[in-house]
Amino acid sequence: MTALLEIKDLHVHFPIKNGTFQKKTGKVKALNGIDLAVNKGEVLGIVGESGCGKSTLARSIVGLQKPTSGDILFNGEAYTDASAKEIYELRRNMQMVFQDPYTSLNPRMKVSDSIAAPLKAYKQTKNLESRVKELMELVGLNPDMHYNRLPHEFSGGQRQRIGIARAIALEPKLIVCDEPVSALDVSVQAQVINLFQDLQKKLNLTYVFIAHDLSVINHIADRVAVMYLGKVMEKSNRETFQAHAQHPYTNALLSAVPLPDPDKERTRERIVLKGELPSPANPPSGCVFHTRCPKATEFCKTNIPVPEERGVPGQEVACFYPVGEEEKVRITL
Amino acid sequence: MLEVNDLHVHLETPAGLVKAVDGVSFRLEAGQTIGIVGESGSGKSVLAHSLTKLNPEPPATYPKGEILFQGENILTMNKRRLRSMRGNEIAMIFQDPMSSLNPVFKIGKQLIEAIQTHQKLSKKEAQQKAIELLTDVGIPDPERRMQSYPHQFSGGMRQRVLIAIALAARPKLLIADEPTTALDVTIQAQIIELLKSIQQKYGTAIIMITHDLGVVANLADRILVMYAGKIVESASTADIFYKTAMPYTWSLLRSIPRLDAGASERLLHIEGQPPNLIDPPQGCNFHPRCPFARDACLQENPPLGERGPGHLAACVLSQPEFEKEKKGVLLS
Repeated sequence: MTALLEIKDLHVHFPIKNGTFQKKTGKVKALNGIDLAVNKGEVLGIVGESGCGKSTLARSIVGLQKPTSGDILFNGEAYTDASAKEIYELRRNMQMVFQDPYTSLNPRMKVSDSIAAPLKAYKQTKNLESRVKELMELVGLNPDMHYNRLPHEFSGGQRQRIGIARAIALEPKLIVCDEPVSALDVSVQAQVINLFQDLQKKLNLTYVFIAHDLSVINHIADRVAVMYLGKVMEKSNRETFQAHAQHPYTNALLSAVPLPDPDKERTRERIVLKGELPSPANPPSGCVFHTRCPKATEFCKTNIPVPEERGVPGQEVACFYPVGEEEKVRITL
Repeated sequence: MLEVNDLHVHLETPAGLVKAVDGVSFRLEAGQTIGIVGESGSGKSVLAHSLTKLNPEPPATYPKGEILFQGENILTMNKRRLRSMRGNEIAMIFQDPMSSLNPVFKIGKQLIEAIQTHQKLSKKEAQQKAIELLTDVGIPDPERRMQSYPHQFSGGMRQRVLIAIALAARPKLLIADEPTTALDVTIQAQIIELLKSIQQKYGTAIIMITHDLGVVANLADRILVMYAGKIVESASTADIFYKTAMPYTWSLLRSIPRLDAGASERLLHIEGQPPNLIDPPQGCNFHPRCPFARDACLQENPPLGERGPGHLAACVLSQPEFEKEKKGVLLS
């Protein structure tokens, strides 16, 4: 099976400019060699802490950010150097849902106009009104009540529904979701997660789903990629991600997630990582995680690990000393 | 140590009167940790700010109730006493560590100022104390970091500085208003561990305000669940999670995505939105979203009733009735 979306050795670097003449004094390596593939109909979850480059990755995928080097292929075709016209064609099949439902809608546009905007942009204006109403129904909005309303009349969860209706309007194949539920309250977050899952089944969608919350990823993703400082640390299937994570960073992340269960909380072990995320302008040598890694040795300071399969099928880990089953901290799942 | 009795806090807004806190009562013993859980708009932050009378007046008014801190009513305290109590006996930390620090002063200066406000110490002694405090909250190389500005610190480090400032006068009570919401999970874990160790070391009582039941599961002795300005369930942490007696708490627990959930588990979501407090629903505030709502729920807002030792819940359903209903919903 060929992958719907393929990312090959993607680098995105931002220059740091300083002084009166804005001389280039360094660069921030936001993405530093990313390899990923997303198959049709699957949900690829991407997790990582703030500053790991996950939003830059989302923007690169939809063509909002030009890569420094590397390739992104959609249906086998690279579009890294595509013209504006080619990108326009591409976006028919690739849409995005943004994090902040307050700033991603134009406050002066009626909700129906926001949802109709992509249809107009691609000249699919036949039966426009009925199509917009159909879309509103699909995402759980009431077309009779909400059709002519403005965004400020809606709550965060409803606005996110509007954003989703807009994203599915053109019946795209792929939707890139950049933290779509992190701004929502718990009870509303569950509504939107369920909506994402229902739509995926109904419309046969493929998602790249970015979140910092591992529990959300655990609910929605088929495969998971864990990012740290512009690199992918571990790629796995959902099941193995939860129970057989091999990278020390993944294990630390898993152990840091609070469980809504006091008994499990009391008995489970917690790996508290020391320190903070290093600056991507000056990443550590060797393995980027070695400064915070509980298992790091001298070897990790000078050698860069590449993602490879180490015992668990379908799971690639970029680490010289992967966490074995026997020493794996039981996160009591 | 702290006793809140039938507290009402109203906010007068152009759109109408918001009953942000509507008849809340609870007690906190010395050294205890209470978690106050609720979604945005549930009144949990207004409640937290009331405890040191920090809500801006207007729009806030306190029409009814009392807050007794070691026997003294905070609501009727004069300004001088209130000032000396804030920070000295009750300290607070907030969600956004950037806007709580002054960006134009060095960390050390802000810490020393906090120390000298509460204690009569020379500058040198205060400086020594500041270094001790920074060491206490786990900031490496504190002497050098005293010379840094807030923007040179990351979010987690700023929150540590704020905790250091809050601890400057060894308060008896620390109120933490969503202290980890803006932080990453690994940093959140660090801050929670820090709060725990501080409590063990100094016996500080903590009121932890959060929307994340996972955070309080680890930290709190008791949990109060707030909905639309009222406490709808109040119990020991174990009872909240394992003997849930109120439909809102129960639905909330089932709508949280869990790391330990199985592959095909669908989240149970709560329909609709939290109510508008200017025009709250008739009867029980939760009935428009409640999967178990019945005619009786439209009549009146049910008072908190006893469900077990130290376990209160506000629902017309008795515990056996509720258990039966829960099974029905889970089967369907």
